[in-house]
Amino acid sequence: MPINYYLFLAIALFSIGVVGVLTRRNAIIIFMCIELMLNAVNLLLVAFSKMHYKQAAAAAIPIANPGIDGQLFVFFIMVVAAAEVSVGLAIIVMLYRNIHSVDINFLNRLKH
Amino acid sequence: MQSSFQLAFLIPLLPLIGFLINGLGRNQLSKQWSGLIGAGTIMGSFLVSLFIFQSVESGNTAVVSYFDFIRIEGLRIPFAFQIDALSSLFLLIITGIGFLIHVYSISYMHEESSSSFARYFSYLNLFVFSMLLLVLGSNYVVLFIGWEGVGLCSYLLIGFWFKNQVYTKAANKAFIMNRIGDLAFLLAIFWLIIKTGSASFQEVFEFVQGNQGTSKFTATDITVVSLLLFIGATGKSAQLPLYTWLPDAMAGPTPVSALIHAATMVTAGIYMIARSNIIYSLAPFTLTLISWVGLATALLAATIALRQYDIKKVLAYSTVSQLGFMFLALGSGAYVAAVFHVLTHAFFKALLFLGSGSVIHAMGGEQDIRKMGGLSGKLKITYVTFLIGCLAIAGLPPLSGFFSKDAILLSAFLHQPLQYGIALFTAFLTAFYMFRLLFLTFHGSFRGTAEQQAHLHESPALMTIPLIVLALLSVVGGWIGIPAVLMHEADWLGSFLAPVLSSSTHEVSHATEWMLMSLSVVGVLLTIGFAWFLFRNYRERESKGLLRFFEHKWYVDELYDRLIVKPIFYLGRLLKEWVEPRFIDALVNGVGKTVQLAGRQIRFLQSGQIGSYVLLMVLAMVTVLLVQFFIRK
Repeated sequence: MPINYYLFLAIALFSIGVVGVLTRRNAIIIFMCIELMLNAVNLLLVAFSKMHYKQAAAAAIPIANPGIDGQLFVFFIMVVAAAEVSVGLAIIVMLYRNIHSVDINFLNRLKH
Repeated sequence: MQSSFQLAFLIPLLPLIGFLINGLGRNQLSKQWSGLIGAGTIMGSFLVSLFIFQSVESGNTAVVSYFDFIRIEGLRIPFAFQIDALSSLFLLIITGIGFLIHVYSISYMHEESSSSFARYFSYLNLFVFSMLLLVLGSNYVVLFIGWEGVGLCSYLLIGFWFKNQVYTKAANKAFIMNRIGDLAFLLAIFWLIIKTGSASFQEVFEFVQGNQGTSKFTATDITVVSLLLFIGATGKSAQLPLYTWLPDAMAGPTPVSALIHAATMVTAGIYMIARSNIIYSLAPFTLTLISWVGLATALLAATIALRQYDIKKVLAYSTVSQLGFMFLALGSGAYVAAVFHVLTHAFFKALLFLGSGSVIHAMGGEQDIRKMGGLSGKLKITYVTFLIGCLAIAGLPPLSGFFSKDAILLSAFLHQPLQYGIALFTAFLTAFYMFRLLFLTFHGSFRGTAEQQAHLHESPALMTIPLIVLALLSVVGGWIGIPAVLMHEADWLGSFLAPVLSSSTHEVSHATEWMLMSLSVVGVLLTIGFAWFLFRNYRERESKGLLRFFEHKWYVDELYDRLIVKPIFYLGRLLKEWVEPRFIDALVNGVGKTVQLAGRQIRFLQSGQIGSYVLLMVLAMVTVLLVQFFIRK
């Protein structure tokens, strides 16, 4: 499958994520949109990694770790994202306990 | 180097130690101790000075260098002392008279609290230290350090009773007027350093003599430097047009007037010009100017002294007048005569001031001679010594003033007969106002209150002994410079100072000299007789016409007030009320206001809305990406 399809899909996912973050007020949905953006990036990493490995194999260029550099990055990002989710969800839970809402527009008290 | 010269550093160091002890321990020391330390350190300096003087007299001179005060590329200014005839003579005057006045002060200031008593002695010691530094310095920079030091001490001591507003104003006046002269002096030093690459007397004078008239040191340079130095001297030595601070300086305690404003500090200008005589001998224009300024000051101050009623003011104007005489001598090229008059004047003027202090002490603080009279019966020692001082300053033989004044008159006669005439007239005025003062104070009937009359008493021994010593010196002090016409080879001072001061060899017939001398003596005697006739029985009268003009000091203070002080005040007010709020404040406040305004506008970005932050972040990222995408090559 040509790399273009992966690119379009990733761009679409990422844009949805950005628009979601910008427009939604529910903290949990914003969270999900951030995850969406992260996964768009993950998708690209995997796709490019695969593509480069194929090209190198076709040109008979020796590669030390055949096509797993990008995939390793993806695992790393997943770990970080998991950690982030755990912290972020905890914050949201505390937030809900305090203001009985997860609407981020109520979170403007720090400016004072 | 002569071994005694190795002790030279002790001369200024001892008063400095005295200053530190008295100044730091003023709250702990008892009066006896601070007096003892104050006078004792000066005594030590005096002894070392004697030691050094003896060595100089037998023909030794030296420049003793201690450390480099300033050392930069192309310029080295050592902290060094010059020990020669001129400085050793001044050392003796300063420490000798300084010691007597310290002793006198112990008694005179006894009513002060012990802390301000110690403060007084610490200032006095600091003054002596600075003055010694001034005369010992082997270059203009060290001289200038001492020069500023004495100015500071003068300020501190004039304003010693600083709770009195008038006194502090007098102190400010002295300091500010001195500052005008100091600026010129400083410029002269810079000029010399730029041109000659050195500030040391020896090097500068050798350079000037070697390169005068060439492009390295042109005739203009000589004139400018000599003029600037002279302006410096007019400030310190109270000459026209900067003399008005000295009469006001009488606000200080009387011993201070005697030491600083009569015997030592005010002669610093004369010392400086005498020290620079090699430069001045090459500057005939400046010399002529000096002689006329000196003469004008002498005459002006003498006329003012005719109509003053404050005993110290009379003496102050007399000091200004005598300093004028010294400048006349300098201007006539008679440097030895000028230094001679510094010496004798130090004796008799210190004596007169201390005598007036004794009178003021007896009168319980009264200084107005209209309220005195007939004090000779109660204050016998003061009277006799004061009389000797008056005779000496009037210039009657064989007292000291006669010889020095005669030397000045002779030099003026040789230089410019017109100046001689005016100087002789001024000498008569001197005799007149001094004896007016004497008769008003000590003769006639007592004009004060009955309470004061009952209080009249002779001062204690600590005050009278310095008077007696100074009276003796006033009598014999002139015998070191007896002219050849009276006694062959008796001009010890002239030959002593010959290595330092270039003296103009004058040819004058003995008959002329006799004539000049007898003219002045007869004139002075007649003037004294006239004063006796006028003031033997004084009655107060309104002064009219010219005398009124003199009584108001020629309205010089008022003139300066109109011409300089008021305009400066107006300028200051203009700057304060108009320029400052509209320009300086506006600029400073404007910066603050702009920042505040900008902050108030930018604050709206900081809304606290997470959505807007994220939007901005995304927009910024997109912008960066776009910029990178399109601009990247």
